[in-house]
Amino acid sequence: MNALAVEFRAIGMSFGTKVAVKDINLSVQRGDYVVLLGPSGGGKTTLLNILGGFLTPTAGRVLIDGADVTDIAPAKRPTTTVFQDYALFPHMTVAGNVGFGLKMQSLPKAEQSPRIAQALEMVGLAHLAGRRIHELSGGQRQRIALARALAVEPTVLLLDEPLGALDMKLRRQMQEELKAIQKRVGTTFVHVTHDQEEAMAIADVIVVMNDGFIEDLGPPERIYLRPASRFTATFMGESNLFDGKVTAVNGDRLTVEAAFGQFEITGPGEEGQEVCLVVRPEHLSSSSDENRSGRQLLLGQGRIEETGFFGTHHQCLVQLAGHGALIRLRLPQRAAPQIGDSLELFADPSDIAVVPR
Amino acid sequence: MRNLPAFLYAGLIYGFIFLPVIVLVLFSFQESRVPVPPFDGPSLKWYDAFLSDDRVVEALLNSVIVAMASSAVSVVLGFLAAFSLARHRVRMGGLLQGLLTAPLTVSYLIIAMGLLITFNMLGIPKSLLTIGIGHVVINLPLCFAIIFSQMGAHQANMERAARDLGAREWQVLALVTVPLLWPALFAAFFLSVTFSWDEFIIAFMVSRFEVTLPVEIWSMLRTGLNPQTNAVGSFVFLVSVAIVFLLDMVLFRKKKT
Amino acid sequence: MAIDLPRPRGESLRAWGFLLPALLWTAAFFLLPLAIMAVYSLWRRVGHKVETDISLQNYENFFAKSYFYESLINSLEVTVLVTFISILLAYPLAYTLAEKVPSRWQRIALIMAILPFWTSYVVRSYSWLLVLSEGGIISNFLLDVGLSSEPISLANSRSATVIGFVHFFVMLLTLTIFANLVQLPKNYRRAAADLGAGPLRTFIYIIFPLTLPGIMVGAFLTFVLCIGDFITPAILGGKRELLLPQTIMLQIERRSDFPSASALAMILMMVVSMVYLGCARWLRLDRL
Repeated sequence: MNALAVEFRAIGMSFGTKVAVKDINLSVQRGDYVVLLGPSGGGKTTLLNILGGFLTPTAGRVLIDGADVTDIAPAKRPTTTVFQDYALFPHMTVAGNVGFGLKMQSLPKAEQSPRIAQALEMVGLAHLAGRRIHELSGGQRQRIALARALAVEPTVLLLDEPLGALDMKLRRQMQEELKAIQKRVGTTFVHVTHDQEEAMAIADVIVVMNDGFIEDLGPPERIYLRPASRFTATFMGESNLFDGKVTAVNGDRLTVEAAFGQFEITGPGEEGQEVCLVVRPEHLSSSSDENRSGRQLLLGQGRIEETGFFGTHHQCLVQLAGHGALIRLRLPQRAAPQIGDSLELFADPSDIAVVPR
Repeated sequence: MRNLPAFLYAGLIYGFIFLPVIVLVLFSFQESRVPVPPFDGPSLKWYDAFLSDDRVVEALLNSVIVAMASSAVSVVLGFLAAFSLARHRVRMGGLLQGLLTAPLTVSYLIIAMGLLITFNMLGIPKSLLTIGIGHVVINLPLCFAIIFSQMGAHQANMERAARDLGAREWQVLALVTVPLLWPALFAAFFLSVTFSWDEFIIAFMVSRFEVTLPVEIWSMLRTGLNPQTNAVGSFVFLVSVAIVFLLDMVLFRKKKT
Repeated sequence: MAIDLPRPRGESLRAWGFLLPALLWTAAFFLLPLAIMAVYSLWRRVGHKVETDISLQNYENFFAKSYFYESLINSLEVTVLVTFISILLAYPLAYTLAEKVPSRWQRIALIMAILPFWTSYVVRSYSWLLVLSEGGIISNFLLDVGLSSEPISLANSRSATVIGFVHFFVMLLTLTIFANLVQLPKNYRRAAADLGAGPLRTFIYIIFPLTLPGIMVGAFLTFVLCIGDFITPAILGGKRELLLPQTIMLQIERRSDFPSASALAMILMMVVSMVYLGCARWLRLDRL
């Protein structure tokens, strides 16, 4: 058995003169939950369609389970898709939908029914087998679409913005469920979304795509804490960017000079390189913050320009002396920030990530 | 060419659809007295003949009058009814809606007969007016259905906004509802015009001396095949096509903006 | 959602004011005539007078006289035949237009398909007479090719009536089926392919069942318009057999027998109503 479920080799796709994805090389480990994340038009859906066989790439090869499937029709590929609009067949019952793929495999009727029941049980909707699609709620439809796609036991399951049509609460709930189901069945999932919280909640591996390129690739923690590019840093959650310059390199330790002084951090870089320093709002602390620990670097003196209470924290916009853009900062629940308050901003250098400018 | 069979098939059906129309128009330019091969034209003499035939020209004018008047009445009544049922809570609204669209499912022949018997009983003389009444009966449901289907909740909100800003009911109708519905009203009117223009059986049954063009053509048919009938038919066809294209252009441009 | 807001007083009165003209018109010129006709059908024409005592004589006559019931059977045969042929011819055309023709040509292709619809409907039947009659285009063509040795006439027959009808209803069904096809979400097709269905099975299991509403709406319209039409059989059908609308017209024109004609019209209405009830399930399915 091949360890790689999916392999993209130098995939390119253009529509006329418009380039959708360019020179994509990507390997997906068997059993991983992979999320393709990016803004719309970033090429993630194109990549998914190439994997599902709905698009034939203009360059490169696609391998599933080590076999080249580039020229194989969707019907013959070991992939199934959960569509954004679910595409459940309205003239069939729930069981008819879930069993459709098995019927197409010409599986004997006697073998179909237990597999249908099993798939429905997995999504917890065994009691709805006889219902019609229009009788189901949005969340139920989502689960039926999942059951239908999993019933044929694909090598790779593709999910095209599967939670996009659900409201926020249901979406968070379905995320947990999707992840649990994936762990249970062990199938490789490739999931497309533009919602970075969703990506972080469910992915084993996040692939950040922008403008037809892969910007970053790795586990959620790594992507969030040590983004590889400026795009990733700004697209994944909130961040404050400071200009800096690498003055010395010692292994993976860099000495960086910024407006607020010189200090050492970990990260990639070359001597003399102009870089961006990424500081997440929750990594900033203020002088009024009592329980701060570790080595703290003083970024400067600031004045609160705006503030809002978010339940778990106060979100503030701070004008830092000598810095152009407003700084985003989170203050603890019990702090009572007022507009006009002045404060000192600190950060732990080990929390600061560095990306090319 | 994987699609070749499909396109060949489509070509054949188009041929079938266009064959009679082409024959009709072609032999309207026939020189001799019978509109069958061989073609010995082109000649405009049959157009000349029908345009100087007072009965045909009068029937043509009658058709225009009946079509315009009956369509105008249908659109106004249909609009008011649609406005009422779409914007107000009326008891038994569903039933009334069904009643207003019921004539769509009844054959014109039956509507025509019912009207004929009723007019006879009430002693109402057969005229252009009775034809027009009949045409409103068949076009009102159509206008109502078209306009009703276009009165969405989105528009209801705009009307509410207008009322909120102090518009009176007639101002809401004139300044918000009608301008928003203009394409639907326009489409309903012209569809009615073409239906009325083309309608035969009602016009035939409830008319006597003043007749519309289809009825006049029907009586021309009694003389058998005749290039003058071709000429009248071609004329009607070309006028209708011109109207359709005009309508299409106006509505299509409307949609774009 | 918006419907449940409180409404100003006097609303309901105003609503009825807007509704009344249309309702009155429909009542006076549609419902009343139908009611009068229903009553008429129970009266009898004796000599030159109409007897106003209630009887089912006219209905009994319908079943007793072959002249009457055969025209209904003829009508049903022609209508069913026309409906089936029209569906068979229209479906592939609608499918080609919806699936194979590039979308920027679809519009013009559709306009072309329904263009002959705008010839007057009397003229359309007359045009077919030109094509089918002795010495007409078809006859001439067959002579030229040598397929027949003398001029033949295809007009004045049931076939001619059917051709005339099919010509019209192919256009109508093409429209309803096309409209149904283009509003099917693209993902149904992809989902079927994704789950292992080839083009043929995708069509059989997914596309065709989902276009049944379009077919049924078109077929119902075809049925209603076809069975009630007088002109086409009158111009193309000849005198050997009559369809029900022709029989009805004969009762009125030749014999001025309104009670009998009314009874025949009521029977025609009942047939249409039964077909409507039979199709009702399908005619609503398009809300899915």
